[in-house]
Amino acid sequence: MSKLAVWKLASCDGCQLTLLDCEDELLSVAARVEIAYFLEASSARGKGPYDLSLVEGSITTPDDLERIGHIRRVSRHLVTIGACATAGGVQALRNLADVREFASVVYARPDYIKTLDRSTPVSAHVPVDFELRGCPIDKRQLLEVIGAFLAGRRPVVPAHSVCVECKARGNPCVLVAHGTPCLGPVTQAGCGALCPAFNRGCFGCFGPMESPNAAALNALLRAAGMDDDALQRVYRTFNVTSFGGSSDA
Amino acid sequence: MEAAVLDTLDPLIGALRERGYAVVGPMVRDGVIRFAELDSAADLPVGRADEQAPGVYRLHERGELVFGFAASPDSVKRWTHPPRSTLFRMRDGVPEPAAVRAPKVALLGVRACDLAALAVQDRVFLGGRHPDEAYRERRAALFLIAVTCAVPGGTCFCASTGTGPRADSGFDLALTELTGPHRFLVEPGGERGAELLAALPSRPAGDADLETARGVGAAAEARMGRHLDLGGVRERLAEGRESPVWNEIASRCLTCANCTMVCPTCFCVTVEDGTSLDDGTAERTERWDSCFTLEFTELGGAPVRSSGAARYRQWLTHKFSTWFDQFGTCGCVGCGRCVTWCPAGIDIIEELERLR
Repeated sequence: MSKLAVWKLASCDGCQLTLLDCEDELLSVAARVEIAYFLEASSARGKGPYDLSLVEGSITTPDDLERIGHIRRVSRHLVTIGACATAGGVQALRNLADVREFASVVYARPDYIKTLDRSTPVSAHVPVDFELRGCPIDKRQLLEVIGAFLAGRRPVVPAHSVCVECKARGNPCVLVAHGTPCLGPVTQAGCGALCPAFNRGCFGCFGPMESPNAAALNALLRAAGMDDDALQRVYRTFNVTSFGGSSDA
Repeated sequence: MEAAVLDTLDPLIGALRERGYAVVGPMVRDGVIRFAELDSAADLPVGRADEQAPGVYRLHERGELVFGFAASPDSVKRWTHPPRSTLFRMRDGVPEPAAVRAPKVALLGVRACDLAALAVQDRVFLGGRHPDEAYRERRAALFLIAVTCAVPGGTCFCASTGTGPRADSGFDLALTELTGPHRFLVEPGGERGAELLAALPSRPAGDADLETARGVGAAAEARMGRHLDLGGVRERLAEGRESPVWNEIASRCLTCANCTMVCPTCFCVTVEDGTSLDDGTAERTERWDSCFTLEFTELGGAPVRSSGAARYRQWLTHKFSTWFDQFGTCGCVGCGRCVTWCPAGIDIIEELERLR
């Protein structure tokens, strides 16, 4: 039976919790793979090597750097899950500031803190077989990726906009019908258009879609009432680095 | 049976439900008129009117009409060609055809542009050498109740494409809403409609009713939000492949695919293969795709139309030019949905003019 391992770096645990959230499907997963290493669920530490490693979290400490090297060495396939592991996460806000200054404000003894200047995705350090986006990831997509790796096929994870899912689901377009700022047109699908289904604009947690035209969207968002500061904030929330210059457009 | 007059739509809705149809019609949902299952005529959006402009849709309270609004983002496509459907399953290497989901649905309030779009879809799905049997089943399960457009939207141009605002054929029943006093003129479009109409409490339509109904269509025609001069468009697009206009449009185009999702004639799909974790079965699913997605034109691992300009050009050229070559008709029915629901408000009529 294939062996599965779930690892955590700098992250909130929400993405690995998605695996436990599978509830109805969890027994099917457990029947197909040996969940050998998953500390969120069990203190058992099954020995590697592992056929599939799911890695949550970004690289923010020298220790993370060592661990990701180890994880890569003991994993046949390495799949990163979530905005932290695929794009550096919320904690990549440090990339735009001085992390030592943050530490001096937060900790009584900042000299105890060993941290890197930047929060980086796993793919910046080791080869990654597949990146699954989202903050958090989508349960349906996680099952698809696990199933695809077990079957040895390419996961069906489209890179088009959220709008495609939004229209298929029958949501009203919050941008057109309500004038609500929405990043859906520049954001990759996968969530099932969750926020627009509840009349919220998309926050871009799945990162940029395949051909984002942020300059064109920003013109619309400004017309909908967002100023430059608000634009910067919305692009820098979940995928600080991956939307790149979008926030400055 | 000849035309008749109904004072209320409840007997019609009741009779359809008795015959096993789910009656689907316009309802206000989250600030938009959508098509959803109705329990009674009380669910209909009485006195609600839509304001439609490029990239803008707003609902207002105005007048007392039941059908005082224009096209909804939902076209008949959602029922004839649903966003997602299973094609077959594979168990131990043996394919099992998936059952077609073709529920009996009565669509109440279908516009002339939508019926024209249905005729276009018929050519696409049934006209070729490989007819789509699932489409045929879903279409046959529909009971279509058209309504004459009284208040066209700001992005409507069916008068230019010759597809509205009054439905001539392709329906089971056609309604025209009349006022003073409030009533509906009903005209059967075939035996099924005539049979249903005969079972409803109605009175024969008089000359005055018919005259007033003609006036509704004529007034709507005069109030179209947009006008498109179709003359030479087909040739203009065929010859305009290298126009600098495409790049300029691409600077505004989000390549988000909204236009193709709301278009009542856009039919492109992709197929996805999934494997079950449970029992080793595989499943092939068909889902809406778009010429605006990169994966849609992936050949040998790379997209053929990688630029936004190439994708926009493909869409507009197909709709107004190569559609004629492929299916013998225009692909556009003048409903204006792609203009309203484009977040960037790209107006195909303006763009076609600029390509001159």
